[in-house]
Amino acid sequence: MGIEPDRLQFSWVSSAEATKFVQVVTEVTRAIKDLGPNKNLVKTMPKVA
Amino acid sequence: MLSYIDKIKEISIRLLKECRVEMVIGFRKGTVPMMNEPHFAKSPEDVENFVWDSNCGINLCNYLTNRGEKIGILAKGCDSRNIVTHIIENKIKRDQLVIIGVPCKGMIDKRKISAMFEGEIGEVIENENNITVKGDGFEKTLNKKDVLQQNCAICIHRNPVIHDELVGDLVEEQIDVDRYEDVREIEALAPQEKATHFEKLLEPCIRCYACRNACPLCYCPTCFTDESRPQWVGKGQDPTDVSTFHFLRAYHCAGRCTDCGACERSCPVGINMRVFTKKLEKDCLELFEWEAGLDPDVRPPLDTYRPGDPDEFIK
Ligand code: SF4
Ligand code: SF4
Ligand code: SF4
Repeated sequence: MGIEPDRLQFSWVSSAEATKFVQVVTEVTRAIKDLGPNKNLVKTMPKVA
Repeated sequence: MLSYIDKIKEISIRLLKECRVEMVIGFRKGTVPMMNEPHFAKSPEDVENFVWDSNCGINLCNYLTNRGEKIGILAKGCDSRNIVTHIIENKIKRDQLVIIGVPCKGMIDKRKISAMFEGEIGEVIENENNITVKGDGFEKTLNKKDVLQQNCAICIHRNPVIHDELVGDLVEEQIDVDRYEDVREIEALAPQEKATHFEKLLEPCIRCYACRNACPLCYCPTCFTDESRPQWVGKGQDPTDVSTFHFLRAYHCAGRCTDCGACERSCPVGINMRVFTKKLEKDCLELFEWEAGLDPDVRPPLDTYRPGDPDEFIK
């Protein structure tokens, strides 16, 4: 679809795994910051009021 | 394939006379060349209008959704697989149907043929292997093999997978067909190239939804594109909305699409939106060894769990 594979990530995190959750969030945000803003599938045409 | 018609008429008249069905769904000649249209025969007299040739590409299963009466239906390989899918999805009951199987040798691509000639085509005459196209000032005979719809050229289920009657001998199935050459080419593109490729592919789309309406899988009472509360997708020509429609529709057909080609055939601007459904078909085959509509007794991959289901994408 033109979305970089790293932009969408799936993980299993149980509600008891707080540390894993923090780790996943940190890694995902870092990966996405590296990719920069998403340019595809973003509306470009002006909105009609 | 042309010789089927006598048998089609004979079976249809018999079914109607014996009151085994209330109608038989087949094809009659269309008003322009290469465009046969569905025909619903309710009496033995109606059967006279039935035709069969290489312009019967519409998927007749589309007319079965939620019907209550007993129906006889002509089914090519792909139609029969969509009928199986309809049975699995409770859109029709098996015992309501008399499936008249039509072993198929492929339907011709009217757009490809029209593009070969300058002027308007007045008449198209067909025999077993050739198509003769006549128009104002031209006449040419083409080899049918060269002008098949793309989905027919790579079809590996030409014989009906389920049938009560047969109108002719089973045909030889094509083997050693590479079904996914086009999909692999797109898979090899980088994300940005894919985005550009799809935007270009869908640029001519006028959002007429003919592709959806021709598809037997698209029977939702209200399609997500028509919903306005909430509005899942914008209705204009914004490229993001256009691709969202196509991507989502393809996903709704995942594990169900039989590559019958009715969607592509119906498109007034000639978009090959089948690349999307084919990608999902390829994934279903590779990940779940699944081909849609082959057996009414096997549940499809999207509503079954197997411990071995691939889950490498979950980190
Ligand atoms: S695109 Fe989806 S929501 Fe719309 S009719 Fe098809 S299956 Fe239903
Ligand atoms: S998506 Fe197209 S090819 Fe697939 S079943 Fe529907 S009409 Fe046929
Ligand atoms: S039939 Fe063609 S033009 Fe119409 S919505 Fe489908 S892709 Fe777009």
